[in-house]
Amino acid sequence: MNTKAQQILMKYPGAGRDKLIPILQEVQELDGYISRESVALIGRHLGVPASKIYGVATFYNQFRFKPKGKYHIMVCRGTACHVKGSADILERIERVLQIKAGDTSRDGLFSIEVVACIGACGLAPVICVNGEYHGKLTGEAAEKIVKSYQQREATHGN
Amino acid sequence: MEQMIANGNTIPFEKGETVLTALKRAGIRVPTLCHIECLPPVGACRICVVEDTATGQLIPSCSFPAAPGMSVATHSVKALKARKTIVELLLANHPDDCLYCDRNLNCDLQKLAEELGVRQRRISGERIAQFVDSSSPAIMRDPEKCILCGKCVRTCEEIQGVSALDFSGRGSKSRISTAFDQSLNLSTCVSCGQCVMACPTGALTERSSLREVINALQDPKKTVVIQHAPAISVSLAEEFGLPAGSDIMGIMTAALKKIGFKAVFDTSFSADLTIMEEATELVERVTKKGVLPMITSCSPAWIKFAETFYPAVLPHLSTCKSPQQMLGAVIRHYWAAAQGLDKKAVYSVSAMPCTAKKFEAEREEMVVKGAPDIDAVLTTRELAKLLRMYSVDLSRLEPVACDLPFGERSSAGKLFGASGGVMEAAIRTAHYLITGRELENLVVAAVRNAEGLREVTLTLDGLTLNAAVVSSLGSARPVLDEVAAGKSRYHFIEIMSCPGGCINGGGQPRGLDKEQVKKRLAALYAIDAAATLRVSHKNPAIKELYETFLGKPGGHKSHELLHTTYQPRTELL
Repeated sequence: MNTKAQQILMKYPGAGRDKLIPILQEVQELDGYISRESVALIGRHLGVPASKIYGVATFYNQFRFKPKGKYHIMVCRGTACHVKGSADILERIERVLQIKAGDTSRDGLFSIEVVACIGACGLAPVICVNGEYHGKLTGEAAEKIVKSYQQREATHGN
Repeated sequence: MEQMIANGNTIPFEKGETVLTALKRAGIRVPTLCHIECLPPVGACRICVVEDTATGQLIPSCSFPAAPGMSVATHSVKALKARKTIVELLLANHPDDCLYCDRNLNCDLQKLAEELGVRQRRISGERIAQFVDSSSPAIMRDPEKCILCGKCVRTCEEIQGVSALDFSGRGSKSRISTAFDQSLNLSTCVSCGQCVMACPTGALTERSSLREVINALQDPKKTVVIQHAPAISVSLAEEFGLPAGSDIMGIMTAALKKIGFKAVFDTSFSADLTIMEEATELVERVTKKGVLPMITSCSPAWIKFAETFYPAVLPHLSTCKSPQQMLGAVIRHYWAAAQGLDKKAVYSVSAMPCTAKKFEAEREEMVVKGAPDIDAVLTTRELAKLLRMYSVDLSRLEPVACDLPFGERSSAGKLFGASGGVMEAAIRTAHYLITGRELENLVVAAVRNAEGLREVTLTLDGLTLNAAVVSSLGSARPVLDEVAAGKSRYHFIEIMSCPGGCINGGGQPRGLDKEQVKKRLAALYAIDAAATLRVSHKNPAIKELYETFLGKPGGHKSHELLHTTYQPRTELL
C-alpha cells in the first residue's frame, strides 16, 4: 500500500474535508504527484468521494496526477513573462515534447509545469529545468534548450 | 401564509419558501434548468430569473427567499431578454446536431430555445472537441452536449450517494468528469441512470440496444422473445402522450407481437419466481441462523453499489438473481427445449425501466452453460422508440394477454415495480411458508408509498421479523453502515436503487416529476387491488414450473439457474 500517504494521514486523525487541500499538498510534496492510490486513501480517511477530490485538485494548477519527469520544466506564466511572450514559449515546449502542461512524457523523461511567477521577472521570460534557470528566452531558444536535454539523454542515457 | 405580489396579483407563500415555490403554487410557470425539486436550490443557471419590480434587479427565483411585500414580474421584457440570452450563451458552444440527437423533440434545452424564440446563433463560442464515453454497458456520455448545469453531479451525490461524477477543472475548462477522467466503466458509476433522468440535454443517455434487437427481429434463424418488467406497462403510455399512470399492459403486448416478437412474457411472472426463491432463502436464514439481515438483490445498480462501497455486506445479499435474469434463464434452459428450439437460437430481449439492467445482463455471472440469460435490454424509452420505428398505432390495437407459460402472474409480482413491492410480496409468501396460513390483510400499508426508509415489524407465530424498505442509494448508506458494523436490528431489507423504486427507474420516461411517479405508483396499487391472484405461491404457472422443471425452491436446479454470486470491486483501480 501507499505508506507515504498513510503516514501523512496519520497526522490528521479524525480530519474532515476542510483538511483536503493541505493533505493533497503534503502528499504531492512527498510523492511528487497525486496518485490514484493516494486519492483512494485520502478519500477513505476524510469520507470524501474520489471524484470530488479530483475535482478540487484539478481546480488548482499546483497539483499533478503523474510523476514528474527526469527533467521537470517549469514555465513561468507570471505577468512579466506573459508580456514578454511566455505563451509562445509554453506552446513551443509543448509541441516539441508532445505533451501538455501538467503532463509527463511517456518515457518519463520530461514533465511540464506552469507556474504563476518564478520570481525572476528581470530575466523574463523564464523557464526553469530541474532548478536551472534560463532567462530572456525566445520560442526558438526554449526549443533549443529542451532539445539539448533530449540530446543529452540520447547520448548519455541508457 | 404571508403575501407577495407576482405580475400585479397577490400570491401567498409560507415563511422560508423560495419565490419559485410561491409562483408554482399560484400556477405561474417560470422555466428552470438546473433546479431539482427535492434538493436545495443552487441557482447556477439563472434561467429562472424574475424582475424585482421595486429595484429593477433580476433575481433567481429558485433560490431567492420570498418576502412580504415583495413584487416580481415573471415575464417582463428584462426577464425574458435575460432568459433568452442565457440560452443563447448555453448554445454558443453546443453542437448543432439536434436532428441526430437522442433527445430531439424531447430536450429541455431545445424546448427552452424554442419557447424563448432563439432563432439564430447570435453568440458563437469556442468548441472543444471531446470524446463520447461509450465505455459503460448502460450509459453514454457526450461531454460536448453538456451545459454544466450540474444536475447529474447532484443526483449522483445527493440522491444516490455514489458521486461517480463531479465538476473538474476551472473556468472555461470546467467539465463534468469522473475521478481521474476515467471512462465510466472504470468509475464508481453504478449505472442506475438517475443522471440520465436529470440531464436536460443529450449529454447523458442510455447505451442503446435498438439496433441489435431490430437486426435479431429480421434474422430468420432467430426466435426473438421479449419480457417486460412490472413497471413498464404503467409508464410506457407517457411516451405516447397518454396521462401518467395509464396501464397499457394488453396493448403493449399486442404491439410487441405485431412487430415480430414470437413470444411476449411478463417479468412479473419471474418476480413471483424470485419471491419463491427469496422467501425460501429468508426462511432458511432465519430458522437456520444464516447471515442476517438478508438484503434483496433485484436492483442491479444496488448490487454494483454494494460491490463497490460495501463489500463487507455482500454475504448479506440474497443470492437470488433478479427477475429479469431468472426469466432469461428459464426461457433459455427450459422454454427453448420445450419448444424444440436450440437454446442458442433464442434471442432473449427484456424491456426494463432501468439502465443498470443492461449492465446486469452483461455480467459474467449471468452466463450459464455458455449462454447469457439475456441478449439485449431495452429501456422504456427505447421500447417506445422501437414501437414508433415500426409505426405502431397503439390506439388501433386490441389488448391481448402475455404468452404462457410465463405470462401468468400474481399481483404480488406486479408490485415489484414499486419500492416496498418486493417486501410486500415476500411478506405475503413468507407468512404462508412460516405459518401455513394466508395473511389476512394482504396490503402491507407500512411499506407502501415509501420514499427513503420505512420499517415494518411482523409477528409470525411467535417469530418476530424486523424488516426495512429503502429506496435511493443515498438513503441506503446509513442502513448499510449499520449492517457492516454488525449493529443492524433488521432481518430483511429491501433496497431499490432509484427513489420510489422501478417506477422511477433510470430507463423510464425522462424527467424528475414526482407527480408522474405517484400516478404510476397508484396504477400499480390499483392493479393489485383489482387482482384475484395476489400471492406468488399460488401462481399456478409457478407451481407447474417447479413440478415439471425446477424441483423445489432453493433446490439444485434453482441454484444452477436462478442464483448468482457477487464480486467485491475496488474504487479507483
